[in-house]
Amino acid sequence: MSGWLTDQPIDVARLVADVASAGSGGTVVFLGTVRRSEADGDVEAIEYSAYQEMADAELGRIVAETRARWPEVRIALRHRTGLVPLGEASVVIAASAPHRAEAYAASRFLIEETKRRAPIWKKERLATGAARWVEGRPAGG
Amino acid sequence: MSGAPGKGSGSEAGIRVCIRLFATYAEAAGRDAIEVTLPPGAVAADALAVVRAQPWAGRLAPSPAVAVNRRYAKADAELRDGDEVAIIPPVAGG
Repeated sequence: MSGWLTDQPIDVARLVADVASAGSGGTVVFLGTVRRSEADGDVEAIEYSAYQEMADAELGRIVAETRARWPEVRIALRHRTGLVPLGEASVVIAASAPHRAEAYAASRFLIEETKRRAPIWKKERLATGAARWVEGRPAGG
Repeated sequence: MSGAPGKGSGSEAGIRVCIRLFATYAEAAGRDAIEVTLPPGAVAADALAVVRAQPWAGRLAPSPAVAVNRRYAKADAELRDGDEVAIIPPVAGG
C-alpha cells in the first residue's frame, strides 16, 4: 500500500501522533465517515475502489500544495480502500500548526481537494446483499 | 520504409497506449484496460475517441476526465509510445 491509501481501518491516534510537535498549538482532525441517510435506506457499508497509482500521486500533489500554502502545518492523511462499514472512517486528515487558523484552513483545503481530484469511487453495499454505485462528481484537476 | 522522422513521438508503426478503465466504466466494458495503437501525433482526445466508439459508451459521462501517466491531462495532451491513459468516471472519494 502507498503512504496515503490503506486497505485497513485507519489508526486515528497514530495520525494525531504523527503531526504532534512542540510547536503545535492547535490540531484539527477530520474523519469522513460512512453514513446512512433516509434516501440511502439500508446501507451497511461502502466499498471504495481507486486508481491506486494515480490516487497515490494525486494525493501526494494535494499534500504538497497544502504544505506550500501553509508551510507551518504538519499533515497526515489516509484514505481507505475496500469495504468500510457504517460509522467507520473512509478518510482521516490530521493537521497541526502553531495556531489553529492555519490548521483549520489546511484541513479544509485537503478534504475539498481530495473530494474533487482523487480517482476514488464508491459502491454502497446494502443489507439485502445488493450493491449500487454512488454517483460521483466530475473529476477536477 | 524510409527513416523520415515523424512530428510526434513513437515509431512509424504508431503509438501504443494502454487505456485503463475503472468503476462504472470497467463494469460496463467487462474489462479494465484497452490496448490500442494510435497514429503518430495522437493526443489524449484520440484515446477518448477510442472509448467513445465502444459498445458501452452510452455509460460515459458527457465529458469524462482523462489522465495520462497518472496525471489529469487536457484533450490536446500529446501521447507517447507506452503511455498509460485512463478514462476517469465522476469521482466519489473523500
